[in-house]
Amino acid sequence: MADETKAPEQASSGERPRSDGPRPGGDRPRFGGGGRPGGPGGPREGGRKFFRRKKVCKFCVEKIEDINYKDYRLLGQFVAESGKIVPRRLTGVCSPHQHRLSSAIKMARNIALLPFAGKIS
Amino acid sequence: MNRVYELMFIVRPDMTEEDLDKLISTLQSAVPASSGTIKSVEKMGKRRLAYTVRRFHEGIYVLLHIQGGGEIIHELERRLRVTEQVIKFLTVRVDEEQKRLAKIKSIRDSRKKVSAQAPVTPEAAAAPAGEAPAATA
Repeated sequence: MADETKAPEQASSGERPRSDGPRPGGDRPRFGGGGRPGGPGGPREGGRKFFRRKKVCKFCVEKIEDINYKDYRLLGQFVAESGKIVPRRLTGVCSPHQHRLSSAIKMARNIALLPFAGKIS
Repeated sequence: MNRVYELMFIVRPDMTEEDLDKLISTLQSAVPASSGTIKSVEKMGKRRLAYTVRRFHEGIYVLLHIQGGGEIIHELERRLRVTEQVIKFLTVRVDEEQKRLAKIKSIRDSRKKVSAQAPVTPEAAAAPAGEAPAATA
């Protein structure tokens, strides 16, 4: 479906919305449609098709540093309906936070705060 | 020997309050004061479990904050394993994490003071949230 005529919004989640280089917490705005090396859509077509949905890491933006296994509500946002941990290309979480998040989710699963599989009650 | 642990365990839902208190006091006395202390006990109440554990759907959660060496955890876990009413437990060592959070917080606080002129930067701090009042100069 080649209807990338609109602003880079909709889309399937193919993109890796992470910019390279050190990202201080949320300071540097992520310019969309810029020359993202090796991004899809290669040659620019009016700036679209580069990366839709400037997804930012929720933890970096809100400066949440304490990702605890105990706050299952926060963790539950990053868990799919089936109970699986959502990959970071969908949620936009940055890599170190994703590691902490996934360890916290696994701990929470162990102590029955989150399910291993199935809906979160 | 300054490790800080969090020990969370789940107890059967049909346990009474006094039994729970008895269990907690047993745990507290089981640990000799030399190897460490139980700093605080937090009863988190009855909660629905995310999956069935030993055919229970609900459980009473208890959280202990412990300071001491590794043997204290060894001993406590041994007791919890033996206790029939405890259906699950999890120990997490948190002193490194607390150090890291404290460091981040101190960096953020010092940065906030530098930019304390402008009444901006509503930096929601970490776990100790809402601590430093957003310096509205």
